[in-house]
Amino acid sequence: MNARVQPARPAIGAVRRAFAPWNDPQAKPLIRFENVTKRFGPTVAVDDLSLDIFEREFFCLLGPSGCGKSTLMRLLAGFEQPTAGRVILGGADLAGVPPYRRPVNMMFQSYALFPHMSVAKNVAYGLKQESLPRGEIERRVQEMLQLVQLEALANRRPDQLSGGQRQRVALARSLAKQPKVLLLDEPLAALDKKLREETQFELMDIQQRLGTTFLVVTHDQEEAMTMADRIAVMDRGRLAQVATPGDLYEQPQTRFVAEFVGDINLLEGRVAGGEGGFWQITSPLAPAPLTVHDPDEALETGQAVAVAVRPEKMTISRDKPAAGGNAIEGEVWDIGYLGDWTVYRVKLGDGAILRVSRANASRFVEQPIDWEERVHLGFAPDAAIILTR
Amino acid sequence: MIEALRARAGRLAVIGLPYLWLAIFFLLPFAIVLKISMSDPATAQPPYRPVLDIFGGVAHWRDFLLALDFENFETLWSDSLYVHAALSSLRIALVSTGLLLFVGYPIAYAMARAAPGLRPLFVAMVILPFWTSFLIRVYAWIGILKPEGLLNQLLLWLDIIAAPLAILNTPTAVYIGIVYAYLPFMILPLYASLERQDPTLIEAAQDLGAPAWKAFLTITVPLSMPGIVAGALLCFIPIVGEFVVPDLLGGSETLMIGRTLWSEFFSNRDWPLASAVAIVLLIIIVIPIVVYRELEAERWEAAR
Amino acid sequence: MKRRLSWVNATSLTLGFAFLYLPILLLVVYSFNASQLVTVWGGFSTRWYGALFRNEALLEAAWVTIRIAFLTALVATVLGTLAAIALVRNGRFAGRTLFTGLVYAPMVMPEVITGLALLLLFVSIGMDRGFWTVTLAHVTFTMCFVTVVVQSRLVAFDRSLEEAALDLGATPLSAFLTVTLPLIAPAVAAGFLLAFTLSLDDLVIASFTSGPGATTLPMRIYSQVRLGVTPEINAASTLLIGFVTAGVVAAALLTKRAA
Repeated sequence: MNARVQPARPAIGAVRRAFAPWNDPQAKPLIRFENVTKRFGPTVAVDDLSLDIFEREFFCLLGPSGCGKSTLMRLLAGFEQPTAGRVILGGADLAGVPPYRRPVNMMFQSYALFPHMSVAKNVAYGLKQESLPRGEIERRVQEMLQLVQLEALANRRPDQLSGGQRQRVALARSLAKQPKVLLLDEPLAALDKKLREETQFELMDIQQRLGTTFLVVTHDQEEAMTMADRIAVMDRGRLAQVATPGDLYEQPQTRFVAEFVGDINLLEGRVAGGEGGFWQITSPLAPAPLTVHDPDEALETGQAVAVAVRPEKMTISRDKPAAGGNAIEGEVWDIGYLGDWTVYRVKLGDGAILRVSRANASRFVEQPIDWEERVHLGFAPDAAIILTR
Repeated sequence: MIEALRARAGRLAVIGLPYLWLAIFFLLPFAIVLKISMSDPATAQPPYRPVLDIFGGVAHWRDFLLALDFENFETLWSDSLYVHAALSSLRIALVSTGLLLFVGYPIAYAMARAAPGLRPLFVAMVILPFWTSFLIRVYAWIGILKPEGLLNQLLLWLDIIAAPLAILNTPTAVYIGIVYAYLPFMILPLYASLERQDPTLIEAAQDLGAPAWKAFLTITVPLSMPGIVAGALLCFIPIVGEFVVPDLLGGSETLMIGRTLWSEFFSNRDWPLASAVAIVLLIIIVIPIVVYRELEAERWEAAR
Repeated sequence: MKRRLSWVNATSLTLGFAFLYLPILLLVVYSFNASQLVTVWGGFSTRWYGALFRNEALLEAAWVTIRIAFLTALVATVLGTLAAIALVRNGRFAGRTLFTGLVYAPMVMPEVITGLALLLLFVSIGMDRGFWTVTLAHVTFTMCFVTVVVQSRLVAFDRSLEEAALDLGATPLSAFLTVTLPLIAPAVAAGFLLAFTLSLDDLVIASFTSGPGATTLPMRIYSQVRLGVTPEINAASTLLIGFVTAGVVAAALLTKRAA
């Protein structure tokens, strides 16, 4: 419970602990966006954005549609030129380098497979542009097809393949040239849910084996959380937060990030006081001031803040919790049974609705909480964080 | 029961009416053309022999069939004028189709790459001349191409030439007229196939290391092949039988089979020979259609 | 992503449209030429339009042509629409291949052949050549264009709309009349206009199938054009171009509002 009081913060989530070049001040980034701005007429797609991405990293750009994440990727691929700022790859400025001369390759959202060419010809296309000897091309095509397990379909046309197979061809084609960076634009968007999950792990596996830097654009936070070493959340052309999946979930820095990644309850209130990292927040939603432990924030009394609590970090019970703990009273409005979880939507006095989820650890519950029951919600001081932005 | 009968009757009318019309006014006439092409010319009304009397009895039918022969086709084959006209038509149609492709492709490509909001306007601008009279559009070129015409005036004024060029009544004028008149037929199918193309395919090609010109040659052009074939066919076939353009813009030395048919019919009043010319022209036209259908079938087969 | 036209594409479009429109434009401009010499500019004048309206033969031909075109368009639209429905809605029927061939063949058939064949038919059945033979011939070669236009609309038509009407108790006929027809109406109207202009424009087929007293406008123009360019023909052409352009623009606006 008091883990975060300790000086060395433990890693949160499933982080490859040995791999964290972003924490190493000596490490040189492979890709650097330096104060990049991109305007299309009056609209600003990317707004004075700076970002470093390191070699071998599996990096995700996450954000709602229109946030500029695709534009950022296209700037790197060379299909767009920055209005201001620099895009640097391996220490060299990419300005003026056309797409066909950049050592990056892209896997398109639509896959963009050439419909008049066989699978093998599609994979060979990029290699042919380098004028490699034919034997070498054939060897590399074979290697790539093996990597994505499509050797048997080498002579098929794209329209004779299933969605999953086409995705693999697109992957093989973009990897064939051994790019320094592989750009993946919504790589899994066209697949159905089951296949999407499988493919996520396959992509991670291939990335680990080849050691290629992957830059993935996605609007699906689950996808980003599963695959990425680090995630950059984008909002209206700017970076909202860049962090590991675990930090992003447990330490969101803004309301936007907190709400975009996962579910969260936001209790608006004002700072009443605090000491030693324990803050008292008064909120119209709670009868008594809420206590939150957030040692990283420096707050002033009277400042407007939001107390953010994830649904799974809240408790729900019929009984009033012991005095002194955070407690909010309400009425059960909706119950959603998801199998592994049950989600309760609880209506407070003023009509606000909080979400609480509970793991269904056992198969039977005696006297389960029912619709329209009066319940008490609670959370530990450590379960919540304070958001000022 | 009555409902079912009514539905059947409706269906019959829907198919039957246009079917019957086309059978009488399109299919039957060709049978007659075939028959008359094997008849002999006569100074009578109608100007050919034999004339069939459907109710003339068995003997009449036998005499009628025996009177048919291939004499007219032999005439066509042995007279170098007709062979020359047929070959010349084919050559003019081939060259014009090539020119049309050369002129039409950049325009269709530019249309397909224009902003989506502008494309319908461009399409309308290509179609509009098609709605104005063919005859008038060809006629307009007479005033431009003739020796004292606007083109020569312009070139003289610019000091590019010293004396007026003789363009009207030459094959050049015929090519200009044909390209002008048939350009919409070439642009529209090309545009349709180019517009359908996913622009990310070009980005993918560039991303894989192909410069723009190479992406154009390896991706854009092969993928627009159906449009190229359709446009070429749509132009080639009517050009082979073209009459108005060579008649108005070409001199007497521009021989085309459609013009030959016209003069056989109207000037020489040799209907059987004109019919034979029609049959030959038909055969010339059917060949590319059959080839096209085979290609299409193959493409379908490959796509499956 | 906004894409600006590259200069190559802009040049192609400019040159292409200049090529398509300049000859027509020059024709229109020179119809207002005061000079008798058609290629020498002698000042602005509308004298040729005056002369045009005193040319009885030309006016007579125009009237015949318009009547033929209207009648042609009417019949061709009905037959062409029926053919389109037959092709799209009746999956298989005896002789479908032949039917499909018959529908499309007149479109690519050189006019000299169609004209000759129809003439020989009319002679064989002993029909007097004139107004009616031209009309019959025009219906035959224009209905396939109506079919193509209507067919493309029918193919894109959501069949479930018709099924919804049937589900709600409409008979097939009333479902067609109340749901399908209003929705394909723009295509039918476009088909009518197409048939009208094609008939208005036709020289070759009319020349074969026409007889005394039924000289159409293109035939009249053609016989004058063969003798050389005259300012009067320029004026007639300009009127015809203006007429057709106005019709097309009106049709485009109508269908846009209907859609």
